[in-house]
Amino acid sequence: MSLADLTIAEAGAQLRSGGATSVDLLDAVIERASFTEAQLHCYLTIDHVGARSAAESADRELTAGTDRGPLHGIPLALKDNFCTRGLTTTCSSQILAGYVPPYDATVVSRLRGGGAVIVGKTNLDEFAMGSSTENSAFGPTRNPWDPERVPGGSSGGSAAAVAVGSALGAFGSDTGGSIRQPASLCGVVGFKPTYGLVSRYGLVAFASSLDQIGPLARTVGDALTLFEAVAGHDPLDSTSYPGAVPEMRADFETGPKGIRIGVVSELSGEGYEPEVAIAMTRTLNQLADDGAEIVEVSLPTFELALSCYYLIAPAEASANLARFDGVRYGLRIDGETVEEMMARTRAEGFGPEVTRRILLGTYSLSAGYYDAFYGQANRLRTKLIQELAEVHQRVEVLVSPTSPTVAFELGAKTQDPLAMYLSDVCTIPADLAGTPAISVPVGNNHQGLPIGLQVMAPALGEAVMFRVARAVEERAGFVARPPMAGPP
Amino acid sequence: MTAWESVIGIEVHVELRTASKMFCGCPVVFGDRPNTAVCPTCLGLPGALPVTNGIAIEWLARIGLALHCQIAPSSVFHRKNYFYADVPKNYQISQFDLPVCTNGWLDVVVDGEEIRVGIERAHMEEDTGKSLHQGSGGRIHSATSTLLDFNRSGVPLVEIVSRPDLRSAVQARTYAQDLRALVAELGVSDARMEEGSIRFDANVSVRPIGATDLGTKVEIKNMNSFRSLERAIASEIDRQINLVEGGGVVIQETRHWDEAAGATQGMRTKEGSSDYRYFTEPDLVPMVMVPATIERLQADLPELPAERRHRFAQLGLDPQVVDVLSGTEPGLRRVFDEAVALGADPVMGANWVTGEVTAAIRKAEATTADIPFTGKDLAELVTMVKEGSLSSSAAKEVLAAVIMGDGSPRAVALARDLMQVSDEALIGAAVDQVLAANTEAIARFRGGEEKVLGFLVGQVMRATGGKADPKLVNTLLRQRIT
Amino acid sequence: MPIEIDIAHVARLARLALTSEELDRYRSQLAVILDHAARVQAVDTTGLAPTAHPLGLTNVFRPDEIRPTLDRDEVLGQAPSTRDGYFEVPPALEGA
Repeated sequence: MSLADLTIAEAGAQLRSGGATSVDLLDAVIERASFTEAQLHCYLTIDHVGARSAAESADRELTAGTDRGPLHGIPLALKDNFCTRGLTTTCSSQILAGYVPPYDATVVSRLRGGGAVIVGKTNLDEFAMGSSTENSAFGPTRNPWDPERVPGGSSGGSAAAVAVGSALGAFGSDTGGSIRQPASLCGVVGFKPTYGLVSRYGLVAFASSLDQIGPLARTVGDALTLFEAVAGHDPLDSTSYPGAVPEMRADFETGPKGIRIGVVSELSGEGYEPEVAIAMTRTLNQLADDGAEIVEVSLPTFELALSCYYLIAPAEASANLARFDGVRYGLRIDGETVEEMMARTRAEGFGPEVTRRILLGTYSLSAGYYDAFYGQANRLRTKLIQELAEVHQRVEVLVSPTSPTVAFELGAKTQDPLAMYLSDVCTIPADLAGTPAISVPVGNNHQGLPIGLQVMAPALGEAVMFRVARAVEERAGFVARPPMAGPP
Repeated sequence: MTAWESVIGIEVHVELRTASKMFCGCPVVFGDRPNTAVCPTCLGLPGALPVTNGIAIEWLARIGLALHCQIAPSSVFHRKNYFYADVPKNYQISQFDLPVCTNGWLDVVVDGEEIRVGIERAHMEEDTGKSLHQGSGGRIHSATSTLLDFNRSGVPLVEIVSRPDLRSAVQARTYAQDLRALVAELGVSDARMEEGSIRFDANVSVRPIGATDLGTKVEIKNMNSFRSLERAIASEIDRQINLVEGGGVVIQETRHWDEAAGATQGMRTKEGSSDYRYFTEPDLVPMVMVPATIERLQADLPELPAERRHRFAQLGLDPQVVDVLSGTEPGLRRVFDEAVALGADPVMGANWVTGEVTAAIRKAEATTADIPFTGKDLAELVTMVKEGSLSSSAAKEVLAAVIMGDGSPRAVALARDLMQVSDEALIGAAVDQVLAANTEAIARFRGGEEKVLGFLVGQVMRATGGKADPKLVNTLLRQRIT
Repeated sequence: MPIEIDIAHVARLARLALTSEELDRYRSQLAVILDHAARVQAVDTTGLAPTAHPLGLTNVFRPDEIRPTLDRDEVLGQAPSTRDGYFEVPPALEGA
């Protein structure tokens, strides 16, 4: 078995037992990348020199007895909307082609400080706007389980890299489901933390009140480890949670006995593929067998979550993306006046989905429309939060499919923006509420395509969420290994 | 023939002299090499985030309290969205409908009359970078390119908006000057127009006297001194009146004061009015005012100008003197207050401070802080003059010496032998002596030659080595020979 | 519900120099999306305050202290056009 197929926990054990070095791990994932990248295109940049240097440094330190923690010497991939000093950061956009940030995101600093080896930057939907990674200006990423299909998005590159083994773990960002949905479509674990538990400083902003950074990994345990390495208050992010990160390991292996699990009636029915529904039922039965109590719950505001999201996220994005104007960095298309220069630069530099959302956002904030659109959506958001809090007085967690469908074919939804947006119906509520949610792969459909299930908990309820997720994972026994990764 | 009334409101932008910028830790600097005081946040780099400078908010509240404003129990920041090359994020973090301070006032004195100017609001925002338009004249319209320096981007900026309570260009100027003085005295800003740390815009409209509706207002920008502020507003009032009397209509627009032309000029109208698409800043969280903090800030306020004016008036000072003394450098005002506390005559003290002392300090090219002239010194000097032991001219010499560091007034006067003798008995004796030796002069004086008195005074001064109080000599001579 | 979207005006506000075909296409796409999103308008939200921060944080401040600035060369190195330490852009048509 290749080292590229190890979990982070296993790799860490090997490093400390002398079974492998960090350079060995890096070589293994680079080798895996070498025969998958041409087809999958997970990465936009592989930092051969920097990664090697970090791996060698990790080996020296570990040998000398300096142990920086569970990520020391572990090769990881980062979504290309994380600012990495000295390494191009493009957000998969022409407007940032070749841009090299002069600073590291806080998450990146913490990872480097923990001795992690950053292999490279992964592909995404441009500026994280999309659910398939087809909106990348540099070509799509393909699903390792079937390269004619999408890996999901917007963190498609990170999800595919972890699935195929060209990284042992990765980080992505989630605004409407962009970590969880690709995780589900690629058969890996993807976790979006409580809003504020992970610093956004250095994450190129899409929708400020929704964006969160989170891990993608082969196992729930690995996702927890990755999360712990970066979580915690950051004075550079005003929205960062000032309190302690919740204790999450104590009950990790306890199992679901006695937990009340809510099944959301609004997150089922038409539009949900039958095998997804079956996988859901099977999982719920397993949980019930293990002593959980399954409760039907209704959250009427969830029906409007998608609409709510599409009035809030593009509005914030329209302002966040205004800074891309050709003045200080990135693409510049010349003009006779600065107004012309800016307008041409932005028209050339942004792809259609980004342009569409900027127009939508600008419109919904404009004079005369603010209250009916953005204002109303934010009040509805409060209603959703209240409704969810109320339901959580009756159940500890909610379980739902992560996505109504398995991975769809490239090009299947690109003609109809609305159809694409519907991929996120299950994931969006947790972003609006700021609550933690995780996708766990539970099986494959008849085409071999992975199905993911989502566990949601109240704000700061990571402990019970991880506990239930672990239980789901244990019973599902899913093997996170697409055929493309080669023979085991 | 219609009688017109002008209605004026003033908007002020004040740069705070905090150590660091509003939303990042870059230093607040002036005049440094371009783009050397910048970071991801104030440069608008992708991924950067703002964090609010707590001291800047306190200073905003101080300004608000000094203007008798209400401090909002809860306040938020908004994004003001507009594209401009020196606005790095192409939105400015500002405050929209929940500013920190509202509903205050400032009392100003114009032509001896005290008027109350309402303060609608004072809020916090971040300053933009600086644009240097290249090409002839440094004006936008003839520029060939623009150079951008972001050192100023993100500097804390307080915007103070008055109610349209001003009725003349003179009133507007006085208000502007008084507001500037207040802000400088609070220590929150250098408030220098020439450096751009305080900037004024005016909103001007006219209406027939007696009308209650407001006329269309025109915004005036680019007034770079108090004098040009007054001139610009006066010019705009004339323009509007002439326009309306000629059958025209005032258009709502922004006009630019052209110092050389002595008139306001219309700027190129933008396509449509500005739609700033304000929404609550999602990268920042709401600010909830803590009553204990407000109490502390209130207690820490220095004496406000209006309070000081009243206090000076109570001391018996003339209105003109009150005016000048109020405008004097705070250090010197402190000297005056200390002197009065030590028993110096306030009227004399004020005259000395606003006259000779100010002149002497200016001559020494210093400020009060640099020189060893204290309230005790002033009290001593004034008292010596009042009791007659120093003549006015001697006192001037003593003052100059004290400022140079030669010691206290009494010590200097003694060392230089400048003390006047005011002892009636002593001077009387000298007078008698001189009169005894100058009987012919007495006769001539009695015969009508007034000038002879001067000669006799001179003789007494010589006899006393120049130390007699000439006034007293004069008086005693007259008493004896009239 | 909006019938007419002045897409040209919106594109101007957003500084996007789009062709008339693009404007047409985006206008109809926006209309479809907004139609769907306008369902939120039917909801009664009286008495509800808009969400400011999902966890209700308030009063986050930093002390008035100086932190390191960026190296100017690194900053200007990313700029499309600079002169004498300044960023350079074409002239502005309008004032701020």
